[in-house]
Amino acid sequence: MITQGATLKSKEEMKERISKPEVISGSEILLRSLLLEGVDCVFGYPGGAVLYIYDAMHGNPDFNHLLTRHEQGAIHAADGYARASGKVGVCIATSGPGATNLVTGIATAYMDSVPLVVITGNVISSLIGSDAFQEADITGITMPITKHSYLVRDVEDLPRIIHEAFHIANTGRKGPVLIDIPKDISAAKTLFKPVTEVSIRGYNPTVTPNKNQVDKLIKAIEQAERPLILAGGGVVYSGGHEELFEFVTKTQIPITTTLLGLGAFPSGNDLFLGMPGMHGTYTANKSIQSADLLINIGARFDDRVTGKLAGFAPLAKIVHIDIDPAEIGKNVPTDIPIVGDVKTVLEIVNKLAKRADKADDWRAKLKASCEQYPFSYTDSDVELKPQWVVELIHETTNGDAIVTTDVGQHQMWAAQYYKFNKPRSWVTSGGLGTMGFGFPSAIGAQMANPDRVVVSINGDGGMQMCAQELAICAINNIPVKVVIINNQVLGMVRQWQELIYDNRYSHIDLSGSPDFVKLSEAYGVKGFRATNKEEARAAWEEALRHPGPAVVEFVVRKEENVYPMVAQGSTIDEMIMGDAE
Amino acid sequence: MKKHTIAVIVNDQPGVLQRVSGLFGRRGFNIESITVGSSEEAGLSRMVIVTSGDDHTLEQVTKQLYKLIDVIKVIDLSSNPMVGRELALIKVNAEPASRPEILGVVETFRAAVVDIGTHSLMVQVVGDTEKIDAMVELLKPYGIRELSRTGVTALNRGNSK
Repeated sequence: MITQGATLKSKEEMKERISKPEVISGSEILLRSLLLEGVDCVFGYPGGAVLYIYDAMHGNPDFNHLLTRHEQGAIHAADGYARASGKVGVCIATSGPGATNLVTGIATAYMDSVPLVVITGNVISSLIGSDAFQEADITGITMPITKHSYLVRDVEDLPRIIHEAFHIANTGRKGPVLIDIPKDISAAKTLFKPVTEVSIRGYNPTVTPNKNQVDKLIKAIEQAERPLILAGGGVVYSGGHEELFEFVTKTQIPITTTLLGLGAFPSGNDLFLGMPGMHGTYTANKSIQSADLLINIGARFDDRVTGKLAGFAPLAKIVHIDIDPAEIGKNVPTDIPIVGDVKTVLEIVNKLAKRADKADDWRAKLKASCEQYPFSYTDSDVELKPQWVVELIHETTNGDAIVTTDVGQHQMWAAQYYKFNKPRSWVTSGGLGTMGFGFPSAIGAQMANPDRVVVSINGDGGMQMCAQELAICAINNIPVKVVIINNQVLGMVRQWQELIYDNRYSHIDLSGSPDFVKLSEAYGVKGFRATNKEEARAAWEEALRHPGPAVVEFVVRKEENVYPMVAQGSTIDEMIMGDAE
Repeated sequence: MKKHTIAVIVNDQPGVLQRVSGLFGRRGFNIESITVGSSEEAGLSRMVIVTSGDDHTLEQVTKQLYKLIDVIKVIDLSSNPMVGRELALIKVNAEPASRPEILGVVETFRAAVVDIGTHSLMVQVVGDTEKIDAMVELLKPYGIRELSRTGVTALNRGNSK
């Protein structure tokens, strides 16, 4: 595994050295600026339009670049890096096809508010617009899926643009920022002076909440008999998990966290009801429907959470705390809007909040409900059950791993059966639902956390969308533990076709998948396969002990479904609870 | 569906019109007209957009516009007294016999004839949308050959901002 050899002192020396005003190329400015932003790992793929940039990297001991095998791998890795660290993820691609290969990853980060700085090359300025070789209007293509974008027109602007991009990406509602650099700009030379201040007129995210609205919230808590907190990814992104814990502890209000909010609150806590929504817990969904006060903290009322909007939380006064004013009232009418940074808002709220005294019956009722209706499945000693596999992973990692997932049934089982207690331990594509995300994002998460166990849980479908990145795990000895829950089909699609499309299984059979053990070994990564519990435990424990990357394929029951399930168009308390096999 | 006229003050950057109009398109907001030009301050442009929708839509339009980094200010012009104007150039069939009638219409509307062809006249009219609509209606019977409208530009009256 690559680690930064440089000590803190040498990092300081390096910063001093590269900050000196000097006439250098745009490429060199880019590299130095990234280092000055504290970037310690960049994922990328070279090509014609970024050759000057890659030339500047050559022999540069300060700059750590990982060559992925596909641009999609690079951007998902940068995304995983950002989600698991809280820092800005960076990736580099060339113009045209290199840039367009990033589109899925940019959209993924945009939907989940992940801070990325995406650098693309472009053809030389004079050729822009001429349909030149490998030209694509990537700023135009990505406009709907970036928080902001720049097409650099003058090398003089580059230091300012890079600094602004980092600032925009990682403040307010976070998100991806694209910098498109024409080849002549990366070649042009100018006097480099690092930019350390930023002033963007019109961009001033509201951090501190309105006092009146906070007072209304405090009063609403006092009056509520059935209060409930719905916490989302915004808690994790603002670093407000401790403040959230204090808020819950003080007020004793039961809490449910969305898919992206998992880990924002310790799952073992008595007041934790689990995840709500389409595959949420019985208790979380029922509690939303009967709450008289719903305090949304950094979640965006996604349709996977709300189900049928018209019947969502029908009895509740809605409080919505969000850094992005546009989220408030977008989907659900809000009674008490609180615009601000979640951490800052909760710090202020915590000074005033008191125990919700009228909610004793409610708390007791929900606690009993959690005990009565936990996530459950029928275990088997003949076939491997995917839920059991996730429980095995949880048990053997003591719940301390960083878990990344792909998208589908395994993602939901991981969310249900791995019990998260720490923020930034759960990396998953929530908004866009991107297959191919799980494995490369684990590479980024591991680069950001060299000392933690990183487990990437994938299906046999999604694993085949970015399996090529096994190469960079092998070459750089990145010790990601890759899990493949292999049910030989596109599992979530199969489940929908069974339950909603009357068992008409259309194009879901993944026969012809490679032998994943051989595939891993072909890349130089240790591979294991397990078809029963005994093999599973042995293989998994050996994979965990192995100092490098490892792939474990768990061959599981094909027909297993994720329950509970709320069909699209239903209210969230209309749950299909399972087939009680 | 209520009509709203909003002014959007934006950084004068390449691509900013695309950002704004693209946002309307992909969020399902309607654009009835959009005009862009320089504002009272160098480096800033003023867009005037006429859109329709209920108050919730207008609120979302405003909030989503503010999310764009290049948007400095969004002003709901139609919530206060405003002056809204557009300009139209209308090339209308005008045989010698019908010219006096057409000139009568032009005079009534305080429009102007800005070009004369052997069989046509070009009429320039400035006013609010309704006035232009009325003018177009009146000229239709003569046969409109070409028509070009600018869309609305607007400012609030007096001291209201």
